[in-house]
Amino acid sequence: MSVELGHYALVLALAVAILLSILPMWGARRNDQALMDIGSVAAVVLFALVAFSFGVLAHAHLVSDFSVRNVWENSHSLVPTLYKISGVWGNHEGSMLLWLLILTLFSALVALFGRNLPDRLRADALSVQGWISAAFALFILLTSNPFQRLSPAPAEGQDLNPVLQDVGLAIHPPLLYLGYVGFSVCFSFAIAALIEGRIDAAWARWVRPWTLAAWTFLTAGIAMGSYWAYYELGWGGWWFWDPVENASFMPWLAGTALLHSALVMEKREALKIWTILLAILTFSLSLLGTFLVRSGVLTSVHAFATDPTRGVFILAILVIFIGGALSLFAFRAPMLNAGGLFAPISREGALVLNNLILTVSTATVLIGTLYPLLLEALTGEKISVGPPFFNLTFGLLMVPLLLAVPFGPLLAWKRADLLGALQRLFVAAGLSFAVALVFYYDQYGGPVMAVFGLAAGLFLVFGALTDLWLRAGFGRLSTSIGLRRLAGLPRSAFGTALAHMGLGITVLGIVAVTAFETEHVVEMKPGMSVPAGGYSLTFDGMKSAVGPNYTEDRGHFTIRRGGTVKADVWSSKRLYTARRMPTTEAGIVTFGLSQVYVSLGDLMADGGIVVRIWWKPYILCIWGGALVMMLGGFVSLSDRRLRVGAPSRRARPAGPALEPAE
Amino acid sequence: MTRKQKRLAVIAAGMGFIAVAAMLVLYAFSQSIAYFYMPADLANTPVPPETRIRLGGLVGEGSVVRGNGSTVAFSVTDGEGTVKVTYTGLLPDLFREGQGVVTEGKFEPGSDVFQADSVLAKHDENYMPKEVADRLKEKGVWAGQEQTQ
Repeated sequence: MSVELGHYALVLALAVAILLSILPMWGARRNDQALMDIGSVAAVVLFALVAFSFGVLAHAHLVSDFSVRNVWENSHSLVPTLYKISGVWGNHEGSMLLWLLILTLFSALVALFGRNLPDRLRADALSVQGWISAAFALFILLTSNPFQRLSPAPAEGQDLNPVLQDVGLAIHPPLLYLGYVGFSVCFSFAIAALIEGRIDAAWARWVRPWTLAAWTFLTAGIAMGSYWAYYELGWGGWWFWDPVENASFMPWLAGTALLHSALVMEKREALKIWTILLAILTFSLSLLGTFLVRSGVLTSVHAFATDPTRGVFILAILVIFIGGALSLFAFRAPMLNAGGLFAPISREGALVLNNLILTVSTATVLIGTLYPLLLEALTGEKISVGPPFFNLTFGLLMVPLLLAVPFGPLLAWKRADLLGALQRLFVAAGLSFAVALVFYYDQYGGPVMAVFGLAAGLFLVFGALTDLWLRAGFGRLSTSIGLRRLAGLPRSAFGTALAHMGLGITVLGIVAVTAFETEHVVEMKPGMSVPAGGYSLTFDGMKSAVGPNYTEDRGHFTIRRGGTVKADVWSSKRLYTARRMPTTEAGIVTFGLSQVYVSLGDLMADGGIVVRIWWKPYILCIWGGALVMMLGGFVSLSDRRLRVGAPSRRARPAGPALEPAE
Repeated sequence: MTRKQKRLAVIAAGMGFIAVAAMLVLYAFSQSIAYFYMPADLANTPVPPETRIRLGGLVGEGSVVRGNGSTVAFSVTDGEGTVKVTYTGLLPDLFREGQGVVTEGKFEPGSDVFQADSVLAKHDENYMPKEVADRLKEKGVWAGQEQTQ
């Protein structure tokens, strides 16, 4: 019975979303306060309805109600409780409902925390959120209904895909969607501004917290997904340039550009039209990502052909929203007046460079992802564009950006002194090279180019510290004054420094793993040893074990250094009984920031087993850096000036040395 | 420089960057795109040695031979042609005789054994790499499994 209530709530949600799409915007045109106010109420009601609907589905999964088709297909009574819950979004229908839930959550947040926005802007933005909600609610109801019943109800479910039975998967999609869908708010504000035909620095100030929040969650979501792929798939890689990964990476790149251009707009009223365009493009890339992942066009043309309604429906949403938004942009953008002027060498100039590089590299990723699909659709020819393409194009394009990042915060607005910035970064650059050289000699060989890569990563870290050091005035002023000034810096200054440092740490991890990784693929018999980065790994033997919903063959390995036992590790091949599906569970041991990674292959006739062993030096830096970036995002979000409801302008507490970070 | 000239210089620099990026993309495409072939295609239009391609088909029944350590030899067939493949490394969990497979690699000069450096299979027992599924159905070798949904 309750499942029907959930279904009913979703239908009601569609009705409310349609009301939300029309009434507030109509009110804004007629200057009717009552109609505009409906927007806030409707947004909250919409969220409540979708949340109820989602809760009902989650409950059905939790109690293993196999009369619901979605539960039967993706759950099993023996699955641990955590995976019963994550199974809700571990499938197409449920994940679309989660998408809608997060979209309406953001609408409700805009309604609740947007009280200080101009009424018309808020009403228009909420209506645009209503359009998107209505489109996706309709999509779910017509093509991907999670509330379908099965009669008679089967006694047992088909189990959740074993690869998805993992803590990483439990948190990865919600984080990713918070990011993806969070950009819808920027999109809605951009459309609202275009409809109003007016845009100013205040607009950027309202949009920036939303951009920052979405970016922070997306960073976390992508890092989480990457780590999950690393330890769950058993292939030892952490990024495959798979179209599904690119689908989440493109909005991240565009969102990063948006974050920086909104800064210029907020502080200097420049780059207004560009910022609006970026806001539209970022969410368009989110929609495109949803299409790529959800239409089935990537995994199998076959699935797309047997159920074309889904793909065509999302494609239609994509075309209507992106096409509509860009047309509106084309008509309205010339009406917006351009803003402040600046010299090429200035903070603005640096941020323009940032935007240029980020958008161009987004475009290369987009081309590499879509070209094989387009070519096949147009000519039927099948090609694959692999990691070498992306490493070459994206990798090279990123180099100037990484080198330029430390300069940005040191340049003044309007007109800056590049030579001065260079002098101030001299110590950081020298230190980076020195540390990189020491690091290189400490490792066991590797390409000399790695020194430059390491130095670039370290330069980002030391450059960010230099910025804080100079702002605090250490070296110029006494230490106690410096400390006081450091404490008085706006939080966004620390946010910027942390985000840039995080980027540097990620670069360090990527370079270290790429350059110093070792890999051995060998057939091992009990007693045999293989070296891995200064450690030696001994195979002790195989053992069978039974888990809650699987059976496994586990291999036991002992890790020694200089003869003493340091750790032991199990690596296994599992067979999930319900689906008769084999998986590889990698054995991973962490030493500081580095890891030993063991993956099992096939058993040989003579009792040996093929084993693949990696030494992954400093690999944790890759995700650790992302965590630091995320921390930077949160610190920046907690800045007073961004907190919603804070006065839009306030007197600066001290002299020009306390100029805000960005 | 006047303001106008300055602006033009900045725009030219931006365009230059985009042009460099575009050339990089074209170069990378020419270097790294791998075309997809099936054994029958190779019989009709041989591929020059050292060219990276993707080779797909079914793993030949009874063809898997494990050599020393982690080297494996098997054949890929599509009902019309058969190509011998060698691969060193771990095979995916779902690699089985009679199952669909996509390998990537190249032919060494003067050899008709395909040297694969990657063997792909997805984590789903019903999964057939899509290129393989499409073509095998065209040929009528494999009827395809209906989706359970």
